[in-house]
Amino acid sequence: MSELIRAENLSAGFKFKTIWHNANFVVEPGEFIGLLGANGAGKTTLFRLLLGIEQPFSGSLLVFSKPPERGNPRIGYVPQRRSIDSETKIQALEYVRLGTYGNNWGFSSPAKATRERHQALKSLEQVDALNLAYKPLNELSGGEQQRIFLAQALAGKPDLLLLDEPLANLDIRRESELIKLVQSVAKLHNMAVILIAHDINPLLPVVERIIYIANGKIASGKVDEVVTSSSLSALYDAPIEVLRDSRGRLAVLGVEEAMHHAS
Amino acid sequence: MLRSLAVISNTAFSWNIAQDLRSMWQYAFMQHAFEAGTIVAIVAGVVGYFVVIRRLSFAAHALSHVGFAGAAGAALIGVNPIYGLLAFTSGGGLAMAALGRKAASRDVQIGTVLAFMLGLGVLFISLYKGYATEAYSLLFGEILGISSTDVYITLIAGILILIATLLLYRRLLFTSLDEDVAEARGISILGMSICFMLLIAVATSIAIQVVGVLLIFALMVTPAAAAQRISGRPLQGITISVIISLVVSWIGLFVSYYVAYPVSFFIVSAAFAVYLATRLIPQRAARS
Repeated sequence: MSELIRAENLSAGFKFKTIWHNANFVVEPGEFIGLLGANGAGKTTLFRLLLGIEQPFSGSLLVFSKPPERGNPRIGYVPQRRSIDSETKIQALEYVRLGTYGNNWGFSSPAKATRERHQALKSLEQVDALNLAYKPLNELSGGEQQRIFLAQALAGKPDLLLLDEPLANLDIRRESELIKLVQSVAKLHNMAVILIAHDINPLLPVVERIIYIANGKIASGKVDEVVTSSSLSALYDAPIEVLRDSRGRLAVLGVEEAMHHAS
Repeated sequence: MLRSLAVISNTAFSWNIAQDLRSMWQYAFMQHAFEAGTIVAIVAGVVGYFVVIRRLSFAAHALSHVGFAGAAGAALIGVNPIYGLLAFTSGGGLAMAALGRKAASRDVQIGTVLAFMLGLGVLFISLYKGYATEAYSLLFGEILGISSTDVYITLIAGILILIATLLLYRRLLFTSLDEDVAEARGISILGMSICFMLLIAVATSIAIQVVGVLLIFALMVTPAAAAQRISGRPLQGITISVIISLVVSWIGLFVSYYVAYPVSFFIVSAAFAVYLATRLIPQRAARS
């Protein structure tokens, strides 16, 4: 299978303001990519371009060899969420089921409803959440909710998974559990994953490449190529220091100051 | 001025419910009340479920106030108030939908418009000769004064709402529960929002006849809110919501036949009692 995504000289923005420009990258089937950058850098904007919700400012973007179009069933999407409204009570299984039928008109026939439930249960099984199927979403913990959201995205059997900040509000142990889960599910179905995160460290064991957005520019490549002092300094136009500790974890220093400087 | 039924009826409550119902259905106004009340209860139960999961209860409440101005204006120019209701609530609903997806949750702005509309309604009502009666029945409902024409209008509006809900069901549910993903899956958020606001507008208009502008919550929100606490499955929730609103409406009508207090008081009280009861169910045990 050929490449899933190809971006050439891609820029995002509105009439008078570009958010970032000149992005060039390719995503191959089955790749696990981390999308990093400070708040407001335009990470979610890249997702919205890929989903066809927003249009590129300039340059070209191909998703599955075509310009992106809204409603592509080959893309599974988990948006960033604060948390589920504690007053809205919806069963996890019913929520996952939305991923199998939600964009249809009308009602599901009883036979179809049974198939949908079956499919939803399979998705829940993939994320190891069968035991949560009949619980209301608002009573689950943050990590459990993320698994349900993931199951909903998987229910459409996508080739590309877009995950927006799934690690927000999770503690370190839950972070690494979720990352490993995403990796194993993606491997099993040869799905490509683009995962937005603040921090590179939880992603280090799993990502093949990263896309880094800063200061209106985008760099992409292997972690060792992009997360280096020289590459990030060029991206931020300010001295950035990348340190590595004895366990291989990375620390990026100077971003706060650089952002402060830029604004 | 509310008709007090107990004065009209000289039959006493007999514990033979079938016999009691037969005796009250001898009166045409009582028949009409039961017919309209049943249609409204079904519609309000269905639409109310989506009002609750979309967090639009205040918007629905505001729309009924917009409807008050419309109904009062219609009465003033000598038109059936239901047409004024439909015109104003639909216009208000379209405006809310067009102002954007977050507009319906801006409580200060909605509250401001709500107060203005109520004021406008008061002006129209005071210009109208039948001042007190008309105002009273619009604000608190006057189901015992429903004509057979009103029942037909209610029936047609009710059928249209139910058909529209059937056609939109899965998309409506998806956008209500998960707007961002629904948008990515190709559903028009604005389109669904417009459709749903129109559904609320029509449902509110016919429900005002039963419980009035000020008590609209009792039929459009309370039964659905109670149902939502009982079941986490949408179809089940909608069914329970319909059953609750049907039962409280019937209880209200039934009791008012014997006790000389307003029907809407009994409906609102019964709905409130059901809601209280569901609050008492421990949430963990209430899982289905």
